Amino acid sequence: MSKLYILGGIAVMALTTYLIRVVPMVFFRKKIENVRVRSFLYYVPYTVLAAMTFPAIFSSTASGMGAVAGCFVAVVLAYKKKGLLVVALGAAAAVLLFGLFGL
Amino acid sequence: MKKEDFKEGIRDGLPICFGYISVSMAFGLTAVKSGLPLWAAVLVSFTNLTSAGQFAGINLLLAQSTYIELMITTFIINIRYFLMSISVSQRAEESFGMKERLIASFGITDEVFAVSMQRREELSFSYMLGLMLTAVAGWTGGTLMGAVAAALLPEVLTDAMGIMLYGMFIAIIVPPAKEHRNVLIAVVLAIAASYAFHCIPLFSALSGGWSVIIITVGVSMLAAWMFPIKEEQI
Repeated sequence: MSKLYILGGIAVMALTTYLIRVVPMVFFRKKIENVRVRSFLYYVPYTVLAAMTFPAIFSSTASGMGAVAGCFVAVVLAYKKKGLLVVALGAAAAVLLFGLFGL
Repeated sequence: MKKEDFKEGIRDGLPICFGYISVSMAFGLTAVKSGLPLWAAVLVSFTNLTSAGQFAGINLLLAQSTYIELMITTFIINIRYFLMSISVSQRAEESFGMKERLIASFGITDEVFAVSMQRREELSFSYMLGLMLTAVAGWTGGTLMGAVAAALLPEVLTDAMGIMLYGMFIAIIVPPAKEHRNVLIAVVLAIAASYAFHCIPLFSALSGGWSVIIITVGVSMLAAWMFPIKEEQI
């Protein structure tokens, strides 16, 4: 695996990814007035995050039970409108406790 | 530059930064252990700023794949950023010029996108810059730390950190779902679809990236058709 091959490969990855990100930013500048399209874009963040979180969250740690506990704590904290960091740390703390007790 | 916005961007970016460190440390560790030079692992993180996309990418690199394969795989896994970029573009304030767009689009990740969508105000370039610089620092720094020092962390600690990004996602989804029944239904549908894709053999053959794209587009279209959003909710 030569240095040049690696550099070229990284450039291919970086350029492809950048183009995906930059094209909409440059070409979709006008405000979209269509209600259906606006509604669609409104729902995207929630559906994409939900699909990425479940079921993947349950295999994000070594202990399945720990992940369930972490998920539960995260949902409860989020329901109480705690901030991102508090929710994330709360979930990690739950996983850690389960790990420490070997569950 | 709006100093206040920039600071707020950094503040909102800190949870992303911490969340990224655990994941990118895992990436750095894995990449170097698999035979990628340390500089390459760090360069991949710095120039790509993706998770699944670059995990798959270095696998292909290590397997000496062609650049075409590398390009198509990267494209498929990262195509969801296209949708996110459209949303960010819609929320960008008037003063967002071409140069700002060329710079800010580099930093659109799942988390940067999610956090910026949470913001009530229109997005200023200063805010986006603060957000993305914090994210880039966490992602690149974490990769370096992973490549160099992750072996020193007790396993139970790194393992527990793996859930943090999902915790962040939950923190973003739950409050609006609690408040708006239409968001709740969209979220439940997306989760159900995600489980279906995971469990049904025909669909689970799809890459994770494709599944997420199909679910996102399908469920969001369905929700937009069933419950079009009135001005005040946006």
